[in-house]
Amino acid sequence: MSIAAENTAATQAKPLAARINWVTLAPWLYTIGLFVLWELLVIALEMPPTILPAPSRVFQAILQYWSPIWKNSLQTLYTTTLGFAIAVVAGLGIGLFIGWSKTIYAGLYPLMIGFNAIPKVALVPILVIWFGIGTIPAVLTAFLISFFPIVVNVATGLATIEPETEDVLRALGARKMDIMLKVGIPRSMPYFFGSLKIAITLAFVGSVVSETVASNYGLGNMMSSAQSQFNVPLVFAGLLMLAVEGIAMYALMAWIEKRMTGWAHRSTMAQ
Amino acid sequence: MAHLVSPLVSIENVDMRYGGANGTLAVSGLSMKVGKGEFAAVVGPSGCGKSTLMKLVTGLHIPQGGGVIVAGKQVTEPVSIVGMAFQNPTMLPWRTTLDNILLPLEIVERHRHRLRRHKAEYVEKAERLLETVGLKGFGSKFPWQLSGGMQQRANLCRALIHEPELLMLDEPFGALDAFTREELWCVIRDLQAAQGVTIVLVTHDLREATFLADRIFVMSARPGRVLKEHVVPFARPRELDLMYEKGFNDMVHELHGEIAQARVAA
Repeated sequence: MSIAAENTAATQAKPLAARINWVTLAPWLYTIGLFVLWELLVIALEMPPTILPAPSRVFQAILQYWSPIWKNSLQTLYTTTLGFAIAVVAGLGIGLFIGWSKTIYAGLYPLMIGFNAIPKVALVPILVIWFGIGTIPAVLTAFLISFFPIVVNVATGLATIEPETEDVLRALGARKMDIMLKVGIPRSMPYFFGSLKIAITLAFVGSVVSETVASNYGLGNMMSSAQSQFNVPLVFAGLLMLAVEGIAMYALMAWIEKRMTGWAHRSTMAQ
Repeated sequence: MAHLVSPLVSIENVDMRYGGANGTLAVSGLSMKVGKGEFAAVVGPSGCGKSTLMKLVTGLHIPQGGGVIVAGKQVTEPVSIVGMAFQNPTMLPWRTTLDNILLPLEIVERHRHRLRRHKAEYVEKAERLLETVGLKGFGSKFPWQLSGGMQQRANLCRALIHEPELLMLDEPFGALDAFTREELWCVIRDLQAAQGVTIVLVTHDLREATFLADRIFVMSARPGRVLKEHVVPFARPRELDLMYEKGFNDMVHELHGEIAQARVAA
């Protein structure tokens, strides 16, 4: 009884600062800090809004142009997610195919590297010739830019099966298919889910680049039209929306990764 | 010698070379016979082709010269009557210990089609094996929740679940501390006594070989062949105290001398 009373007294006596979970709060505080710093910088340097608008001006623009921003954000989210989804399916397929045998791996790997080295912006005009401007080139650019990390990660997971495991199973009469299904694929899953976080951010890069160059919709298009009218606050509003979408999708991927491959995060779970 | 009448493993004058005609010769003129139900140990300097021997007997490698006969059949492909355990327990981290132990049953031809319908029966068998090695109740744990010694016990269960006639052990206790190692020696000793399985143990540890085996093969440096064959005279069941007796130490000493010589010759 007296101990419990003492405990409550101790909790109450604790200063406010000690009762706040600073780690959970930190991302929000740092973000607010960044905006405050930015605002002060703009005021101090007397920046005109056509060069660097203050965050207050950007938020104002978001409210003012909410309807087009909302529509274009959804369009960009749609092209990005669609391109990303195709990249997941294709990346998983090609990754498994490449990781299947050493010969395929050796043969296709340099091709993949070469392909990945090509700036995807340079492919947009070709996509426009094939499919016209609009949604399709944006989806395809998002796909092309984001499938490579998925392929590499899945193939790596397959290629790094412990030889002892393989020996144990092969001695039991396991076929290649058995080893892939029982060991290779589950093993490559943490690599795969890890790569989704990289791939989704790249997918945004792809879709926005394509929308900027060749589309009448999407945040990329909205920002490039705003820029041609010197509506810089709207450009920044678009950037802010992209950042928000990017963070949201990244968080979703991180959550999926944690849910699907808890065993790979065992050190944190053990605590 | 009675066991020579029906050897389970018979290796005759085997040559095994890696990497084409000019590659390294891993073993050359290797011959040995292991009788049914016998516990054989293979010792030798490092790089003497002990692991090659494992792969030859299990059919993972087919020799270029000579023949390997297991259970009366020439080995031309992996033989599923063999169970294997390595120094690295290689438990799959996404499966529980029990599911890890059941893994061979999903592979071996005569079990894989029965597994789903007779799951309960197999699970019971796995539980019994776990109990034998002192892991009762740990089946639902994930392997990474177990200590190194416990993982190695589970590894032994996995090697035994499909009731192999031959158990091939490649330094299974190498990475464990001295006390855990002695504990597992007793586990394997009791397993062999209870199940009558034939065991070939590849090891660097001469005390381990002498304590466990009926027959010890001393291999030469690369290219490996059998230099000498010892019959271990100590009566079974053997207790750990045996290792402090003079006869035991003399035998370990003799083995040590032979391997030291083989190393110099290399």
